[in-house]
Amino acid sequence: MANFNLKINGKTHTVDVEDDTPLLWVLRDHLGLVGTKFSCGIAQCGACTVHLNGNSTFSCVTPVSSVGNAEVTTIEGLSEDGNHPVQKAWAEVDVAQCGYCQAGQIMNAAAFLNENSNPTMEEIDNAMNRNICRCGTYHKIREAVALAAKTK
Amino acid sequence: MSTLTKASRRDFLKIASTTAGGLFIGFNWFSCDSPKVEVLSTEEILSQAKSFNSYLSISPTGDVVIYSPNPELGQNIKTSFPMVVAEELEADWEKVRVVQANLDPAKYDRQLTGGSGAMPHSWERLRKAGATAKFVLVAAAAKTWNVPASEIKVEKGIISHEGTGKKGHFGEFVAEASTMTAPEEVTLKDKKDFKIIGTPVKNVDSKEMYTGQPMYGLDFYREGMLHAMIQRAPFGMKIKSVDDSAARGVTGVKDVITFGTSVAVVGTSTWPLLKAKKLIRVEYEPEGAVESSADHDRIFKELLATGKAEIKRENGDVASAFKNAAQVVSAEYQCPFLAHSPMEPENFFAHVKGDKVELIGPTQTPDRARQETATLLGIPPENVTVEITRLGGGFGRRLRADYVVEAVEVSRAMNAPVKVTWSREDELTGGAYRPAVRYRFEAALDATGNMVGYKLRGVGMNAGNCTRENNFPAGAVENVLIESIEHKSTITTNAWRAPITNFLAYAEQSFMDEVALAAKKDPVQFRLELLQKAKTSPVGGELGYDADRMIGVVKTAAEKSNWGKNPDVKQGFSVYFSHRSYVAQVADIAMEGGSPVLKKVTAVTDCGMVVNPTGANHQVRGGIVDGMGHAMYGNLTFENGVPKQKNFDSYRLIRMKEVPEIDVHYVDSGFDPTGLGEPALPPTGGAIANAIFSATGRRLRSQPFIEQKEFSDIKLEIRRG
Repeated sequence: MANFNLKINGKTHTVDVEDDTPLLWVLRDHLGLVGTKFSCGIAQCGACTVHLNGNSTFSCVTPVSSVGNAEVTTIEGLSEDGNHPVQKAWAEVDVAQCGYCQAGQIMNAAAFLNENSNPTMEEIDNAMNRNICRCGTYHKIREAVALAAKTK
Repeated sequence: MSTLTKASRRDFLKIASTTAGGLFIGFNWFSCDSPKVEVLSTEEILSQAKSFNSYLSISPTGDVVIYSPNPELGQNIKTSFPMVVAEELEADWEKVRVVQANLDPAKYDRQLTGGSGAMPHSWERLRKAGATAKFVLVAAAAKTWNVPASEIKVEKGIISHEGTGKKGHFGEFVAEASTMTAPEEVTLKDKKDFKIIGTPVKNVDSKEMYTGQPMYGLDFYREGMLHAMIQRAPFGMKIKSVDDSAARGVTGVKDVITFGTSVAVVGTSTWPLLKAKKLIRVEYEPEGAVESSADHDRIFKELLATGKAEIKRENGDVASAFKNAAQVVSAEYQCPFLAHSPMEPENFFAHVKGDKVELIGPTQTPDRARQETATLLGIPPENVTVEITRLGGGFGRRLRADYVVEAVEVSRAMNAPVKVTWSREDELTGGAYRPAVRYRFEAALDATGNMVGYKLRGVGMNAGNCTRENNFPAGAVENVLIESIEHKSTITTNAWRAPITNFLAYAEQSFMDEVALAAKKDPVQFRLELLQKAKTSPVGGELGYDADRMIGVVKTAAEKSNWGKNPDVKQGFSVYFSHRSYVAQVADIAMEGGSPVLKKVTAVTDCGMVVNPTGANHQVRGGIVDGMGHAMYGNLTFENGVPKQKNFDSYRLIRMKEVPEIDVHYVDSGFDPTGLGEPALPPTGGAIANAIFSATGRRLRSQPFIEQKEFSDIKLEIRRG
């Protein structure tokens, strides 16, 4: 066990965990930030997506020891009150069915739109292809990302 | 007055203290630009509200709380059920809060999610719940104002009397109304006067979902709770010996316990358990048949040839029809096992306290969780409480209570509150799968291409009846024989979204195309001729479907898809009736670079009245995406009782780039609403396979499509055109 000081959503948190503990489980089990979801555990589905210095990252395969001083942003810290343009677009388009994957989808979309504020539909498809939605809300996700890009 | 979720909400909140705000929010979040208003929490509303019936409480503030009893797994019931109650109540939707009810068999019947049955079951009950509450509120206002109830109007939560100019919101009459007796019978609204039903009302859990609030079973934590993960035996095996020494050495592991064919590692957080589980050394030995996929292929062939079948339907003289046929068409179709793979892996919280048990988690069948827990512990079912969290998908997996009872076992053994969490590998290898099935179809055609004989013989695994003998084309053909053969497998199987029909529809609708081709008839015209016969002179006994409604979706789908009139695409047609709804689909495929590319699916649905167009579109599109994804890629194969595909790297699910345009239409048949969680899925595989045949001349008779020999030389892909 070792102490790690993590910068998460603008605050510093100290956790005492094993070096190899994935950031996902630090967030969920140790810090109560359960918006970041567990699903595959092997960087295949994107449900665990967070931002590390603004970049989309699979937290399920990111050992806490590798995070260092990086700024971690989770769905809980994406905005003050759910008013990030991507969250608003998700609500406006009414994207979710079961909703379980959507936090990861939103985080991925937010990071993508930071890099590319005026994407084509094909670029949206490529960027969002790393997140699985088992309910099949892909049409709505595509629509919401495009709306967020427009309203940003 | 029920305080359904209070205890656990506090637990949810405790762990979520780093996040701002409460769990319940007003719907004004959607209009983010409006000035912030002080919104009462649902708990505050409930603390002063009066209960009108099992579904409905209203507070003196005029806020309305509607309970949604059925588990929400993405089918949108938590939004659509309250819409129905609010409609008859004449509530202001902005003043409605929705609370997921706990299991309460005294208040609710059929408190489960499965079979697309919730809406048809509850439609009238929900309407009555709203209408009777409105009745007593009106009676209370009439008494207070001393005016006839018949002169009172209710609109958007406001009760008014034109003659005297008096008006007030619901809350002002709650105290008086709660002393009155609700009427036995009540007049329901005329459908044409609906204001909420039929409008695209947004998901009531949106904000929680999009801001990462704790709401799923896996998000549930409680002070002092232990975590557990479980190593389960291969199918058909039992434990011979366990060496848990290495697992016990992992920091964070508290104990390793064995029960039945399972070994549980227990600890204080999840990650150490994921590591420790890999270190458990278990030796297994057979206790029944240990099956592999190669065994299934052999069993299918043997049983199709010589197996003893149960005759499910027999009309006319089938032997003569085939003997005298001008032409006989026959084909066999087979599908593999599939896992449910909901994005939220199975999990459940259990706390065994003496002869009482508290259960919290994602379940499609809370009462089954309660009953199986009671049976395991030998206690009365009333001693078990079940709190239903939101479900991160279900697809039939959470109809079972196996993962609930595991949590009970571990809680009992550890004498502590426990949450059992499954990994994705657990979900794929310890599943309760859609079983493989094989069908043989035969059709007898007369000299003019009429189908005069139809035979279906299927071999299912733990399927009971692997046919749907009262479904089309039964009723449309003079001579019919439908037989079902059962193989009892040691592999656990279960309902999977649209049980049986999720593959039978594809096989049947693909075979219908083969027959239409042999009869030299247009596939749509061929189906319409058969349906016309089923409508005007139905053959045999009971039929499950209404031929007229099926004709309705077939004709509309042909029209909306521009059937046969678009030279740029090759089309495939499919239509199926399941779970009381009718869905016809047309797939459009274009050849690009030698590969068939799926451009579009047009879907026409008759589910009676559409309660929430957004929710309905979600279910239709989602069902189609599900159907095409699994038809293309889904394949779970077994070797010695263990699936070879253990995670999403080898068990492929459909992704964004593979999903084409889906054009959704409805036929308004005037019927009461039926469920939509399943009916859009069955026709999809057939529409795509028929379009692929039309484009390539290659007939796919097995799934998954990408692994079939028919496409060993050219790439088969679906992608956005």
